[in-house]
Amino acid sequence: MEKTLLDLEPGTQGTIARFIGNPGFVRKLRTIGIREGKTLTVVTRHPLGGPMVIEVDGREVTLGRGMAGRVVVDVAA
Amino acid sequence: MKTVVLMGNPNVGKSGIFSRLTGTRVITSNYAGTTVDVSRGKMHLPDGPAAVIDAPGTYSLTPTNPAEEVAAEILGEADVVVNVVDSTNLERNLYLTLETLERGVPAAVALNLWDEAGHQGIAIDVAGLERLLGVPVVPTVGLSGQGIRELVGRLGGARPSATIRPMSEEERWATVGRITGEVQTIAHRHHTLADRLSEASIRPISGLFIALAVIAAAFLAVRWIGEGLIAYVFEPLFDLYTPIAMRASDLLGPGILHEILIGHLIDGEIDYVQSMGLLTTGLFVPFAMILPYIVAFYLVLSILEDTGYLPRLATLADTFFHRLGMHGYGIIPVFLGFGCNVPGALATRVLETKKQRFIAATLMSLAIPCMAQIAMIFGVLGPFGLHYVVMVFATLAVVYVAAGLILNRVVPGECPEIFLEIPPYRAPDLRATVMKTWMRVRGFIGEAIPYLFLGILLVNLLYSVGFLDLLAAVFAPVMEAWLGLPAGAAVALLVGFLRKDLAVGMLVPLGMSPEQLVIAVTMLTIYFPCVATFVVLLRELGARGMLAAAGVMVTAALLVGGALRMVLIGF
Repeated sequence: MEKTLLDLEPGTQGTIARFIGNPGFVRKLRTIGIREGKTLTVVTRHPLGGPMVIEVDGREVTLGRGMAGRVVVDVAA
Repeated sequence: MKTVVLMGNPNVGKSGIFSRLTGTRVITSNYAGTTVDVSRGKMHLPDGPAAVIDAPGTYSLTPTNPAEEVAAEILGEADVVVNVVDSTNLERNLYLTLETLERGVPAAVALNLWDEAGHQGIAIDVAGLERLLGVPVVPTVGLSGQGIRELVGRLGGARPSATIRPMSEEERWATVGRITGEVQTIAHRHHTLADRLSEASIRPISGLFIALAVIAAAFLAVRWIGEGLIAYVFEPLFDLYTPIAMRASDLLGPGILHEILIGHLIDGEIDYVQSMGLLTTGLFVPFAMILPYIVAFYLVLSILEDTGYLPRLATLADTFFHRLGMHGYGIIPVFLGFGCNVPGALATRVLETKKQRFIAATLMSLAIPCMAQIAMIFGVLGPFGLHYVVMVFATLAVVYVAAGLILNRVVPGECPEIFLEIPPYRAPDLRATVMKTWMRVRGFIGEAIPYLFLGILLVNLLYSVGFLDLLAAVFAPVMEAWLGLPAGAAVALLVGFLRKDLAVGMLVPLGMSPEQLVIAVTMLTIYFPCVATFVVLLRELGARGMLAAAGVMVTAALLVGGALRMVLIGF
């Protein structure tokens, strides 16, 4: 089932399916290691509109909620 | 002479490699800001001496922020590139490697953090990677110096890659995947204590407690280091200098030159805090009162950076700073600003857009008192009771938040969200940390000290010609009617532009009530930065930006001053 990263609870795992945004946005994600086909784990989601932290390939990345809403993840239903 | 450029992603230990290559022969640093640090040094290649430039960390050559723009530009100066790669994260690092090799510049790859990769069960076929990339590949450990000699040796014969040709972005991603698959094997790894600590420091609640503890420890360390430097280094130096200054005082004799250079003697002696001469207080304040704390602040910041804690702190702080139009890294100018607003203003460069930098700089100038001011606030208000001091700081905190919320709405421009990698915790490389601190301190000396010096000179001159009294007479009605302060406070506020700490001291003899002092001291912090900060801000924000910031500051000062007057004194 496809969901945006923003909708995932901490602890959830999924496979990165695609990104919604311009090529610059996509490149920014890919070069930091967030790429299509990679497995992602949600480490935490800060309350009060704060950022999310995810883990990909054993590396943690912090990203704002606006960006998280444009990352589409395939999760087991 | 050849130019060697170090290119690499952020957090790959590039500055450690740089300090290994160059030793202590580092000649200049372009920026004293926090991320756009460009270090230049010299090294010996097999075929002679070469210049080395440490480019800012970047993920690609298509820049997405000012630091990456600088990196892409510096690549153009390279005769030879050393691409520093994080062995624990080969796949992500290879994108920049390919982009760099596609430029056809002679290059070598340093597989850094090689020991860490081993601990994590990651094995890389070095010979295979060398064959696929078509340039020398050398495993290195910046911290211990392992592999550096071999790297330097192979730089002599570095050539452009024989195998990598320019390709499209999609092809590049495919090539990254193919190469990684061929040369890297990963053994399964269990979660370690460090992993658990890492997660605890980025989760909301546990992270907040850790952050508070780290910040408290950071300020204690700053105080301890700063006081230590003053007591054991700078004051003894001035004790040696005193006989020379006294001798100069005797030679000059009384007169205007003595007044400007030495100032007035107190009980026949030079008092470095109160004499106000260019060669007495003018040297003492910047070098013995401010510089030691700047050294301490920069050292602590470098340690926080090099251990990998800073990105975690930025993650936690983001929830707050994001609402004020910045993102988590907005905490750095605040932290440094408490030492001195000049490094704080320089540190606004960690933010990406003009809007974010404007907000960060304006808020810091408004509401973050520097070390000198904090000392004076305690000195002036402390005797009346700590609650008056708390009043000042509480007001400043409210001003920071309120002005941030408003500026975020009214300032045009973009506020990109936080987006950063959290590196694993690492023991800081002492050499690199010390070198970074030293370069930042040197930047500060060049950027701020001349203006602190100039400030004292101007105060002395304006005083002796009576100009300040004239201005004070003009502003006196505003002082009395709007702020409920005596006319004399106007002089202090004007002097405050040149010397904040001095200005607070000038409030004491006016015999004001503690409530009036709270108003005056708060106004003094808000209404304008000191002349050194002003000059840096002018350069960072441009004339229009500075004018807008100054408008915000004066407006805020008058509004807050008026409001405090109504609350504390009534009409």
